[in-house]
Amino acid sequence: MTVDGTLEAIARACRVQIIRMLTHAGSGHPGGSLSVIDLLVAIVFGRLRHDPRRPDWPDRDRLVLSKGHAVPALYTVMARAGYFPEEQLITLRKLGSPLQGHPDRVALPGIEAATGSLGQGLSIACGLALGLKLAGSPARVYCILGDGEVQEGQVWEAAMSAPKLGQPGHPLDNLTVIVDYNKIQLDDFTATILDLEPLVAKWQAFGWPVLEIDGHDLAQIDKALGQAEATRGRPTLIVAHTVKGKGVSFMENNPEWHGKSPKPGEAVSAIREILGVTEAAWPDHLATDPITRALVDELRVLGKP
Amino acid sequence: MPAKATRAAFGEALIDLGARDERIVTLDADLSKSTMTVGFARKFPERAFNLGIAESNMVGVGAGLALTGRIPFVCSFACFVVGRFETIRISVAYTNANVKIVGTHAGIAIGEDGYSQMGLEDIACLRALPNVTIVQPADELETKQVVAWAVEHQGPVYLRLTRQNLEPVSPADYRFQLGRWVTLRPGTDVTVIASGGTVFNALEAARRLEAEGVSAEVVNAASIKPLDEDALVRSATRTRHVVTVEDHAVAGGLGGAVAESLAELLPTPLKRLGVIGFGESGDARGLYAKHGLDPAGIAASITKFLTR
Repeated sequence: MTVDGTLEAIARACRVQIIRMLTHAGSGHPGGSLSVIDLLVAIVFGRLRHDPRRPDWPDRDRLVLSKGHAVPALYTVMARAGYFPEEQLITLRKLGSPLQGHPDRVALPGIEAATGSLGQGLSIACGLALGLKLAGSPARVYCILGDGEVQEGQVWEAAMSAPKLGQPGHPLDNLTVIVDYNKIQLDDFTATILDLEPLVAKWQAFGWPVLEIDGHDLAQIDKALGQAEATRGRPTLIVAHTVKGKGVSFMENNPEWHGKSPKPGEAVSAIREILGVTEAAWPDHLATDPITRALVDELRVLGKP
Repeated sequence: MPAKATRAAFGEALIDLGARDERIVTLDADLSKSTMTVGFARKFPERAFNLGIAESNMVGVGAGLALTGRIPFVCSFACFVVGRFETIRISVAYTNANVKIVGTHAGIAIGEDGYSQMGLEDIACLRALPNVTIVQPADELETKQVVAWAVEHQGPVYLRLTRQNLEPVSPADYRFQLGRWVTLRPGTDVTVIASGGTVFNALEAARRLEAEGVSAEVVNAASIKPLDEDALVRSATRTRHVVTVEDHAVAGGLGGAVAESLAELLPTPLKRLGVIGFGESGDARGLYAKHGLDPAGIAASITKFLTR
């Protein structure tokens, strides 16, 4: 699939589903889900070689969402790709659902690693990349880190190791790592809690080629993914500058929206903003868009005692 | 067979198995000369990875390798590798990744290096994790069988090994089976359950007790998780007294596991022998005497327990 309006349309639809499922769940992490969704859409619908009917295909590309709390975003992408029916999205965090609050590899085929205990995903991604190289597989590994997560020591163990691991016969140039740099963590701004800067220079000093992009520009994301794929001999890091809560004005850049779900009224406002409809035009829009109308009705029912 | 450290038997077994099974890889954290994977690394350099002194990353890389079909042996001192509990908990146990975690230098028997290098709480930690199987072999023969079994077993395994040489205790026709204990010496008055480095001493203690007219049954509990509850109940039903002997913290280890099972299945008077408090530097013999894990100490504790 080429980079065009289609990917943007998918990202918009996924944002709507993120809001929907978090509202149903009554808990979860909208901010980081909305900051990472464009990256996920660009990877899964632009680059990933995979087959939802064969989640155990040995030569599939792997995607490790190390910032596991943003898993609602991954679920929306997986549902759209065909790993499970979209209707299952609203079972997020409910008893018995494979859509656990953080990714569970055993519960949901297609999830490559159990993450959410921050700092572990990059090491697993390195092991996956090394194992694929040893097997002579052409598959690639994508790993998405949260910016706050980069404060974890294990990330730096892996960062120090990855450019050297497997050398010289099996370098991990099949590994692309992306930092979703939305500048906010649970308690506050990362610059306030434990500043990551100079982030690019740190990774470069550890031996990584580093690309810096706007993590909401689908063309830029795809271009960087292509550059990483073309790089030989070393894994590549992409620092994707993003906006926490991207697409919903009252969530954007607000640490308060790291880990709380919208109430039904807030969810409807969020969906309206994601769809780019003004408040004035909203009633007319709903009259002509039965799918959104049904969604709004569904969410409003949640608000009733 | 001469006495041999179970880590040495492990290193030899890996070379044999590695020649036959391409899936086997080793991961180390700058201790391959101590964990004895160095022989495998010399023979199969393309399948041996030294991750440096970064055990969390080593465990995670092992999980990733396992998810591509490799069988990684992730090795360090027991305390250092199990110290990365949270990574084991999520990347290995919850993921059900087919990783073989190898903790060497178990117990106070490492001696002079002192407490910080002693694996003393590793069983207690890992026993709490679903999916993780825990095995501690007692001699060379058993170790080689356990390593071969671990390669075939699907799922996370924790293998607990000693730095010190262990005298052979297993019968020549011994076959390791998960969840099966072996009675090394039959007895009628007390069941003595030992594992790893304390099995030989438990046998020695039983010989001494025989001279005092006490008939001690000695069981080698290599399979710590799962326990052999059938064997436990069968023996305890006859002897009505159970003693556990381990080079591990007295809380949460083999003794703790046996206590939990007995309390539910067959409440029986129980004495747990193990390490109380932290370890310390010293010669292994002296440390075992101090903690009552030498033959004389074990025999004395059993006598006291039976005559309380």
